[in-house]
Amino acid sequence: MKFIKFLILGIVFGIIMTKAEIISWYRIFEMFRFESFHMYGVIGSAVSIGVIAVSIIKKYRIKTFDGDIIHLPPKQKSISRYLIGGTIFGLGWAMTGACPGPLFVLIGFGAWPIILSIIGALIGTFFYGMIKNKLPH
Amino acid sequence: MEWIYDPWPWYVAGPIIAITMVLLILFGKSFGVSSNLRVVCSALGAGKFSEFFKFDWKHQTWNLVFVLGAVLGGFISKHFLIKDFSVDLNPATIQQLELMGFQQFEQGFLPELIFGIDALDSWQTWVFLLLGGILVGFGTRYAGGCTSGHAISGLSNLQIPSFIAVIGFFIGGIIMTHFILPIIF
Repeated sequence: MKFIKFLILGIVFGIIMTKAEIISWYRIFEMFRFESFHMYGVIGSAVSIGVIAVSIIKKYRIKTFDGDIIHLPPKQKSISRYLIGGTIFGLGWAMTGACPGPLFVLIGFGAWPIILSIIGALIGTFFYGMIKNKLPH
Repeated sequence: MEWIYDPWPWYVAGPIIAITMVLLILFGKSFGVSSNLRVVCSALGAGKFSEFFKFDWKHQTWNLVFVLGAVLGGFISKHFLIKDFSVDLNPATIQQLELMGFQQFEQGFLPELIFGIDALDSWQTWVFLLLGGILVGFGTRYAGGCTSGHAISGLSNLQIPSFIAVIGFFIGGIIMTHFILPIIF
């Protein structure tokens, strides 16, 4: 039962990804061609509200529902890993039309071929784990 | 209630995504979908091959449950919340798609050329989908996050690294969309 809240949040997330057409390959294609405001509106409004919410959480030291301290660890300082890793992800995002969230939502949507991309994503993650120490971070 | 079946606008989707992130924070967790790929690798025994996968993945069960919910959300939407699956694209986008040989794109969320049953007859589609996935998996782990972890969570916490990562997402996406996809199709 302790997981039910995460299941519900996941369902809401999956419905939003689908109903706002974020799982549509076409929407991602359109976004990278800068021919629609839709995706920028989605990400922009989410971040705008997120910035306000996170700053309130920090300023008033709001605790979790369980009463624990919330700490949002800063990301490791680097340029190379974010720029190179990000670019590699961007190439894949434009091919599959799906970032990791939609990758999974698309299974529920019944787009079976996306399973190939999920297997690919697991292989890619595994490959990263194998050569991690040889890469600039 | 007819609006339920229409596509939901960005000003509905964005705020709900933000609320999802905030609730996860208040539950003592964080919003990041791509970590699940590492969790699954670990659960499948990848720890035998690399230290990177040696961690107690069971602590991440909540995130796997979240993803399971996301799958269900996709199922529910498709079968109960959508009547018309056409995507209202910019005419300029449609023109480019036609140029690349995409047809019937007014009929669904996904191009038949990539996701159609017939498309799977050609080995090129298999390579394309698999390779796209590999780049997503490798890139997100190298960058330490995807759209949820960096673009939403990271930017909300005003993290410069996340901003650099998002720039990377767009460099890659633009190169693929403008220069490579038109060669492939």
